Amino acid sequence: MAPDFTLYATPDQQISLHEFKGKRLIIAFYPADWSPVCGDQMALYNESLHFLHRNNAQLVGISVDGKWCHLSFSQDRRLHFPLLADFEPKGAVSQLYDAYDERLGECKRVLYILDEEGVIRWNHLSPTGVNPGVDGILEALEAMNNSKK
Amino acid sequence: MTLKPPVSTLDHCFGNPEAAIELVEYGDFQCPYCGRAFPIVKRIQEIFGNDLKFIFRNFPLSKIHPEAKSAAVATEAAGLQGQYWEMHHLIFENQRRLFKNALMEYAGRLNLHTGQFEADLHNPGLIEKVESDFESGLRSGVNATPTFFINGEKYTGAWEGPDLENFLQQELAKSKNI
Repeated sequence: MAPDFTLYATPDQQISLHEFKGKRLIIAFYPADWSPVCGDQMALYNESLHFLHRNNAQLVGISVDGKWCHLSFSQDRRLHFPLLADFEPKGAVSQLYDAYDERLGECKRVLYILDEEGVIRWNHLSPTGVNPGVDGILEALEAMNNSKK
Repeated sequence: MTLKPPVSTLDHCFGNPEAAIELVEYGDFQCPYCGRAFPIVKRIQEIFGNDLKFIFRNFPLSKIHPEAKSAAVATEAAGLQGQYWEMHHLIFENQRRLFKNALMEYAGRLNLHTGQFEADLHNPGLIEKVESDFESGLRSGVNATPTFFINGEKYTGAWEGPDLENFLQQELAKSKNI
């Protein structure tokens, strides 16, 4: 079971993991707003939402950036999915998911897929400089579809 | 990572269809990096001549490049009138002017039937073609533009500088040794 958490999604709104029950959830831990690779990764996910939604999946991004930083980044890139701020205490949620790099004080580039009941079904760690793309996520979601049949 | 699906007759192919080297680019007409790659690819096509076929698949990042998708549809619309590559070239040469009137101007320059071209900018079949290119890119592991596939395998080296050309030379040498 994925550990529950509550984080800010906007400056005045928090989201909790259990609110996603009934939907699959992709959690994308990433090192930082504004850095080029993360920008590409989030931009790519933004364009891919249709394919994720088709598989009953929602997406959230998590980094240790603050909620105002996320707001600004999200507006600049016109993101249509929430970025959650694992800001205070710094990296606490990322640590629960083994996605925190203590040396850098940033999240590692880690993906999780949770099923409709909140059980972790897939995860993937990428080298920090590599955008993992969407192919692995789509394959994992489709494997989940097939295992249900 | 492999190209999914492989190149087929649904793709636009430039050059010798039987060439030993198949170079596929996933690109976005509004992406400045793709704009920079355009003359590099053109040069590679000149160097390799009959040994290379080039395929372009659309990977428009529409949220950050709002004119990329309509530009992609415009190339497909020109393709229906037999001028796909001519429009592809014109658009990359004029990457900063991709709004509707500019696309119409390019159609005029290519002597396309502009009424038909304008209607085809909203042709659902062409829009679907662009979207299915995008989905094939996602499934093939495209994570940025431009991304190249050489003989079906993702090319992970640099495309600026001599690396891409050198890699293709090696592939060509391999194909001749078999």
